[in-house]
Formats: sequence, structure tokens, C-alpha cells
Amino acid sequence: MLTKRIIPCLDIKDGRTVKGTNFVNLRDAGDPVELASLYATEGADELVFLDITATNEKRKTLASLVNRIAHKINIPFTVGGGISSVDDVRLLLDAGADKISVNTAAFKRPELINELAGSFGSQCVVLAIDAKKHDDGEWYVYLNGGRVATDKKCIDWAVEGVSRGAGEILLTSMDHDGSKNGFAIDITSQISSLVSVPVIASGGGGTPEHFFEVLQHHADAALAASIFHFKEISIPDLKDFLRKKQIPVR
Amino acid sequence: MKVAIIKYNAGNVKSVEIALERLGISPVLTDDPAEILSSDKIIFPGVGEASSAMEYLKNRKLDTVILNATQPFLGICLGMQLMCLHSAENDTVCLGIFQQNVMQFDVNKIHLKSPQIGWNNIYNLKTSLFKGVAENSYCYFVHGYFATLGEQTIATSNYGLEYSSALNHKNYFGVQFHPEKSADTGSKIIQNFLES
Repeated sequence: MLTKRIIPCLDIKDGRTVKGTNFVNLRDAGDPVELASLYATEGADELVFLDITATNEKRKTLASLVNRIAHKINIPFTVGGGISSVDDVRLLLDAGADKISVNTAAFKRPELINELAGSFGSQCVVLAIDAKKHDDGEWYVYLNGGRVATDKKCIDWAVEGVSRGAGEILLTSMDHDGSKNGFAIDITSQISSLVSVPVIASGGGGTPEHFFEVLQHHADAALAASIFHFKEISIPDLKDFLRKKQIPVR
Repeated sequence: MKVAIIKYNAGNVKSVEIALERLGISPVLTDDPAEILSSDKIIFPGVGEASSAMEYLKNRKLDTVILNATQPFLGICLGMQLMCLHSAENDTVCLGIFQQNVMQFDVNKIHLKSPQIGWNNIYNLKTSLFKGVAENSYCYFVHGYFATLGEQTIATSNYGLEYSSALNHKNYFGVQFHPEKSADTGSKIIQNFLES
């Protein structure tokens, strides 16, 4: 039976993990390779690396980091952050990334999704959407790490992205991100029922119950960052909890 | 040990190359028939679309190279599907090493999303490829088409229906999942192949 995926996310800046980490057993908690390797050993199903300072000059640094990660871990991983062209993606895939995620650049030029799916296959194109709920009760797309609002409804963009060739949707609720109040069930559920591809829920996971809630019906995978980095929830404990609740996990 | 990875127009073969490097092997990525046939093991990876991949193989006579291989041969994902009789993906006649047909997941019948993406278990494991691999171990899958069950099935998985997650005929093995991304289970399977 296909299992639900638990995905730790690592934010990378200048080749180092940012956001504090709380791993006493790591020699260097800032080294993404060490942290990634620990998560893989603990049973993470996939990893996501988001380069938050991605610029063209730094992309080569990122590629060499990706290559080190690929040589160390044996589970799939996605790399995102500032990707805006087929060449960007080729560099990262050649370095050993399995998937890439696109966000702002794809919104500004949606053909990018078609180009990437055409060149490398839908299986490696993850469309990341940052969403925020407005007073009208609808969820809207935000860009540039949540700093720039748009008037595009999140569900419309998700459906368009999939029709252009996105192979997965990584949906982050800006309202919930960092809140530890639970995932955005309503929009995750809506999108999941509208698109044929997996939806990864992100933002708000603070307790094992939150993961259970979002994975029970709606999401195919759940992503979180700091709760794993700070060891508030360990991956084996989370999976034990989900297993007892009849959620299929590896 | 010389391991050749067949280079063609299907997808991201880098992960396979790096997985072998993790195991201490430096594979050769090549589309040169002589080089492929002189290697100790051959890996035929691939992610992509069946008909364009078959056309590419034929144009470069790689189909004949594959059919003439006598050394241990491992097809992965699309590679395995291309080793079957026929694929429903754009009605493609394939290499015919395995007597299975490749069908598309019908979402109206399985009531699940397609493609299947993620970790699923493998069972009814047979042959040395799965030596030391426990029944119901998890492997990482990404596919919208599947090979039917048959006598050559050496591993089964279930995604709304049962299908072949691995096939074997003589020196030829095929796996639907990605051993290069299937954690320690996948590494063990690759190692078993390299020792076969």
C-alpha cells in the first residue's frame, strides 16, 4: 500500500542550514549534508532543500552542495529556491537532485512549467505555492517568499500548474507557517480533490495530531521544518503515532 | 567491475550513477554498443515516455544491443517497461524480453491518484535480486503505467490492483521502483544485482 510521506525541509543559505537546529549528536548542525543524512537514517521519506539566498552567482555553490547530498543520502530529494530556467534545473539535476521546485518564476512565466516538464518530465517538477486566506474566504497566491500578494486564487493556479505539467503541488499556508496550530485543512483538501497529482501540505504542523489530521483524508505528504530541527517531534515517534492511527507510513 | 549505464533520451540517469558511486562503483554512462556489451553488468534506467524512448533506441541500434546482452542486466522504471512486450503508452511495441504488457493505471477503477508517487511495499519476492530483503519492504515508486502479473514476476506490489514491481527472465531483471532512491532496501537490491 502506498504510504503517506513525511518530508523535513531544510532552508539553505550560502550552503549552510539556517533556522536553528537542536541536534547535539551532530558535529556540525549547520551542515545540510549531515542533517539530511540524519533525517534519512531516521526514516524521512523525502527531503526538500530550499535555497533562500539563491542568486545566479551562488547557484554553483548550491550545485556542489546538491552533489554532496546526492552522494550521501539514498532517498529522493527536491531542491528549490530562485529557479527560473531550464538551465538552472539542468545544473541541479546533473548535480544529483531528483526533483526541483518552482514558485515565483513559474507564476510570472507559467510556460516555465511546460518547458521543465517537457525537458525533464513531470515527475521532477514540483510546483510550490505559498497561499494566504483573504477576508472573502478564498485562498490567494503569494510570491517572493510570501511578501508579494497576487489576485490569483490558489485553486486556479494549482489546476493550471498541473495542466502545464507540474507533477506535485507543495502547498504552504502562509497563515499557518510557523504557527504550530495545524495545517490548512480546507485549502489542502480542496486542491487535493481537484488535481490528479500528489499534494504536499506545508505550514502549521506542530503536533503529531496535526499530521494525522491533514494526512487522514487530504494530503499525500506533509512537510515541516523547525519542529524536526528542534526535535520537538522525532520522525520515528511521529511515524509510530500515525501507524497507530491507521495512517500507512513506511 | 565494469558497469555500463545505457545512455539514451529518457530522463534523469544521474541518480543511478551517483547511487553506484555511493556503493564504490564508477559506472560508465554510454550509448556505444561495444562499450556496453564489454561491461560486466548493464543498467538500463529511464524516466519518460515509452514511444519516443523506443524510437531513440531503435535509431541507435541500442535495441539489438539490449537483446544481445548476456551479462546481468537491470532495467529500472521505464527501462523495465521497455523490456516488456507492449506498452499502452502511445501504443508502443517494446523489446519483448518479458512477456508482460504495460497498462495505464485507470484512476476511475483504482480510485487513487496517478501517477503513483511514493513508497510502496514489495512482496512475493523471488530470485537472488531480493536476497536479504524482507517481504513487504518499502521501495520508492514514480509511475503512471504498470506491468501486469505473470510467470516472470519476481516481486508484486498493490496500487488499487496488483502488478509486477519486478520481473526476471534469464540474465535480465527489471524493477518498477527506483532502487537508487529506495534507502537501504534499494542499496541492498543494487548490491545483489552487482553480485549476480
